[in-house]
Amino acid sequence: EHIRTPKVEQVKLLDRFSNKSTTGTLHLTATHLIFAESNGASAQEIWILHHHIASVEKLSLTASGCPLLIQCRNFRVVHFVIPRERDCHDIYSSLFRLLRPVSYDELYAFSYNPKQNDQQREEGWQLIDLGPEFERMGVPCDQWQLTDVNRDYKVCETYPRDLYVPITASKPIIVGSSKFRSKGRFPVLTYFYQEKKAAVCRCSQPLSGFSARCLEDEHMLQAISKANHNNRCIYVMDTRPKLNALANRAAGKGYENEDNYSNIRFQFVGIENIHVMRGSLQKLLEVVGTRSLSMTDYMVGLENSGWLRHIKAIMDAAIFLAKAVTVEGASVLVHCSDGWDRTAQVCALGSLLMDPYYRTIKGFMVLIEKDWISFGHKFADRCDQLNGDSKEVSPIFTQFLECVWHLTEQFPQAFEFSEWFLIQIHEHVHSCQFGNFLRNSQRQREDLQLRERTYSLWAHLLSEKQNYLNPIYSSSFEESHPVLVPSTQAYHFKFWRNMYHQYDRSMHPRQSILKHILTLKESNRELEGTVRALKAKLQKFGVSTSPLKPQTPPRERSLPPRPQSLILGAPVLSRKEVQREEDEEVFAEEAREDVPISTGGERTVEGSSATENGYMELPGSFGSKSEPAVVTLEFGVARMTC
Amino acid sequence: MELSEHIKTANVEDVTLIRPFHPPRKGTLCVTSHHLLFSDREEDGSRQLLVLLRNIDAIEKSVENLFGYPSYTSKAGPRALGSSGTVTIKCKDLLVLQLEIPGMEECLNIASSIETLSSLESVTEMYPFFYRPSHLSLQGPWGLSTAEQYYKQTERLWDRWRISNVNSDYSVCPSYPRAVIVPGEVDDDMLVRSARFRHGGRFPVLSYCHHRNQMVIMRSSQPLTGANRKRCKEDELLLQAVIDRSELGYIMDLRSAQQAQQARMTGGGFESKSCYNHWKRLHRHHERGKVLQESLIKLVEACADSSHSVDRWLSKLENSKWLSHVHSALSTAGLIAECVERDGHSVLVHGSEGTDSTLLVTSLAQLILDPVSRTVYGFLCLLEREWIQAGHPFQQRCAHSAHSHTRLKHECPSFLLLLDCVWQIWRQFPLALEFSEALLLRLTREVYASDYGSFLCNSEQERCALGVKENTYCLFQSLLNPEIEEQYLNPLYECTDLAIWPSVHPQSLQLWTGLFLRWTEHSQNMEEARDEIWNIKKEHRERIGPDHNNHTSSIHCETFTPFENLMDELTIL
Repeated sequence: EHIRTPKVEQVKLLDRFSNKSTTGTLHLTATHLIFAESNGASAQEIWILHHHIASVEKLSLTASGCPLLIQCRNFRVVHFVIPRERDCHDIYSSLFRLLRPVSYDELYAFSYNPKQNDQQREEGWQLIDLGPEFERMGVPCDQWQLTDVNRDYKVCETYPRDLYVPITASKPIIVGSSKFRSKGRFPVLTYFYQEKKAAVCRCSQPLSGFSARCLEDEHMLQAISKANHNNRCIYVMDTRPKLNALANRAAGKGYENEDNYSNIRFQFVGIENIHVMRGSLQKLLEVVGTRSLSMTDYMVGLENSGWLRHIKAIMDAAIFLAKAVTVEGASVLVHCSDGWDRTAQVCALGSLLMDPYYRTIKGFMVLIEKDWISFGHKFADRCDQLNGDSKEVSPIFTQFLECVWHLTEQFPQAFEFSEWFLIQIHEHVHSCQFGNFLRNSQRQREDLQLRERTYSLWAHLLSEKQNYLNPIYSSSFEESHPVLVPSTQAYHFKFWRNMYHQYDRSMHPRQSILKHILTLKESNRELEGTVRALKAKLQKFGVSTSPLKPQTPPRERSLPPRPQSLILGAPVLSRKEVQREEDEEVFAEEAREDVPISTGGERTVEGSSATENGYMELPGSFGSKSEPAVVTLEFGVARMTC
Repeated sequence: MELSEHIKTANVEDVTLIRPFHPPRKGTLCVTSHHLLFSDREEDGSRQLLVLLRNIDAIEKSVENLFGYPSYTSKAGPRALGSSGTVTIKCKDLLVLQLEIPGMEECLNIASSIETLSSLESVTEMYPFFYRPSHLSLQGPWGLSTAEQYYKQTERLWDRWRISNVNSDYSVCPSYPRAVIVPGEVDDDMLVRSARFRHGGRFPVLSYCHHRNQMVIMRSSQPLTGANRKRCKEDELLLQAVIDRSELGYIMDLRSAQQAQQARMTGGGFESKSCYNHWKRLHRHHERGKVLQESLIKLVEACADSSHSVDRWLSKLENSKWLSHVHSALSTAGLIAECVERDGHSVLVHGSEGTDSTLLVTSLAQLILDPVSRTVYGFLCLLEREWIQAGHPFQQRCAHSAHSHTRLKHECPSFLLLLDCVWQIWRQFPLALEFSEALLLRLTREVYASDYGSFLCNSEQERCALGVKENTYCLFQSLLNPEIEEQYLNPLYECTDLAIWPSVHPQSLQLWTGLFLRWTEHSQNMEEARDEIWNIKKEHRERIGPDHNNHTSSIHCETFTPFENLMDELTIL
């Protein structure tokens, strides 16, 4: 109903980093913006979910039309040129309305239907369950118990119903402690390190102001300390920079006074707040989005954005946490201001370092479900799901994924999943296509009855598990390295190109080891199947009598189609295709004639050298035309809805 | 003077060796004419470390006199009664070793012998002339490829190009090999005249002929037009003959337009439009010489300090400018390749002397365009033709590396930059190169200090005069020994005929950690991961059977000399 123009033809799509452009038709649907290239057989389509669009900008009119710049939350940037100004304005205003849903019911998750029945949907939601997860960690046990104090979200709205606390923490202590903590987020268990009986607990800042105390809160920490027989000392990690914590005291909040609590060791960690992180990412994206970026500007920009410094700060905190727990056997209490941003980052990353289970595909889902979803990371606000306060938006979860990626780079065999998995999760945190990440807390999600009305991302990802496997994952590595000890040398912190340039063709290596190894492994498995089938056949006929006929064995299972992704590399073309592509190349060359950018006969070389300050404009010979690489998951998903 | 006369103390006992990733060890240190040998005798078997003295870039010594500290002496046993010293050895392959030597005199003696012996000037005194593994004979072939052989193998050259022996006595151009490939219609006389018009006599010769469209990459040095715009008819005709009937060629001048102008003041210059009207000149600025060397020094310095914060590290890395050099080399190479493949025109490349950046970008362009040069054999041939025979002055450029305190003269890491660029290409096209990072790393070491004669001297002429080919072994031949080659193969190699266009966005280029952080960071996890990839590939190969496997064993040279490479392994340690 908000769509004014469903279709505009002759729209040009400009490549962000080169002079290339493609012409096609722009469609606007209720959920997607679709660009279909009008180039016959090899035409590609780009599907952009409205929820992914962060901003739409109309640039000033040019000779060839009206440019429209669209920036997406998954770091895709598309630049259309629409021939008629009126069409452009229509698209612009329709999008303007469409990408700012006013109520949750407008979100894609409520209209998305992957053709599953209710039972399948319910099973999907049950795949990841936190009860068994705590059992796996070894709680409840003689020192830790499940409390029903928050059954009705009475004590803390933003916590889940089921919480684990020390045996000795009675209800009055819990309630008292929660009153002394910002947003009522009192200390609860999030990870239990069974080997040393040490606990990782999380909470929000105490309302200590300059001198306030709370006996119940002190008892609460005491109880946590008592629950650990190996080491009575608790590390209290305030993940904020000291200055921020001090400033909070003026507002009646603050941090624990070491004198009032027995057996605590207080420590500031110095991770910056959501506003600094937002600004930092913005700076980073500005730098890497520059055309014809020089090496110097890139490095200076990378440094000035501070992004990698922030990533390192989070990593340092997680390493500190893991070391305190695994080496010293001490319990740790982590908090920041409200205990749902930095605290989630540090707890989740710390657990990942300590527990190999979280490095598997399923385990990683559990980890996100536990430390992020159930403990109330404000996904709705941080990812701007409804048109909210732009000051609340911040790439906190993205940072967590980036830290995990840095770990996969240092420990290539430790993770069951590949980088592609992380990127897919990131994609869906913003897509609002599944119910998992909607709204800010468990309670709000229950209000929306998400389990009945939407589908779970985890089921979707598990059904495509094959695509996310790390082919060189080794379970023996897990045995030799139960606890990961990453190096935090500065040179380990690198720009995550595959995340921030996921959709920029020219950035990516043309050949991907990941894809190659995946294919090899699959082919290995298939061949093994063939051998087994033939052996069985031999046995059946008796070896002597059987003249072996070449027979195609029954395929054991058909492999799920691999998503076309730039990260997995461009598809390898057969010889015929290469030939065809070359023909097209010539065609493209001719087509470029009418683009008024170059003069005279030396168009290719001169054109690139004059305008681009160097060798830039070289689409890969591995298929710049016939490759549908930009069609990503959205494509597959959207097709399912049709 | 005999080399051994420089050795005042040949043997010291109870020396402690400290090196990266190893616990300190005690053992015996021994200095020979060409090596530093350390052998320890700990309980768990004895180990040896053999370092070529030529590999040592800088040596620092600090001597402590312990007479004044009685408490020390009582603890440290009788040998330390006098004094002791520490010698820090910084190698050209970026390794840093520390030796604690008891006895001040011994320490000073050892240090001074190392200093003298590691910086020998005379080529015939260098180790390749003494390296005589028992199982090798000097009769075997030396080298893999020459211009003649390239010409013979490349049928597409036969009708328009010819081999010229005009330089057979090295009188026309001292830094060129005897035979070069030139346009068929240009006679030797014209070449001689053209050579007089070019810096150092380096007249335009063929470097590569593209297999798809017969377009060529030529290389030369700058023309000597000088301040009064001299011309040379023969040089113009030579270039005209290169492009033959096609309408255009490109001249890639590896200096900025301003630098090219300035060069005229000192007798150099560039091809002006009016004289070479079928040629289009492009300028691409490339740093050379001292600037590159200092860039390397800064980079190595930045890598050595592990206490940096992220910001400081990034700023130091940026400050070294090394990656900017990688960036510009790859960009220009890409542009040249684009001219040849996409635009279908021939290219002439030169800077001022035509012995550094010129060779760098022409070799990279070949790697991008030519599938043959991406095989182990083809790559080594390329290095031999385009670097060794083409007269890159290795002896001058690689006399010292990043650690040296001596004043810079002609040092310049052009070749190292080439290997870094090749590494970048390999990162982006992990299936396209037949060789692996290990080969590149081996070459980074061999070029500075080697058992073999391949990288000795500055030109073919010098090599010929000193009898390098008669008296030393050829590195490339030995690398192609099947057993040795095995370690340098890329398991994932799949031959492709297409050009491989590297992305040159700064985001796509990375620091070569395998080289620059080799001794700082233990990469055990990475190695295990690499082995795992190997295993998956092997498994796949075994399953598929031998018929499908042919692309990995390509068109190799038939003449191998079988031998075990034990000495080699020792030097690697």
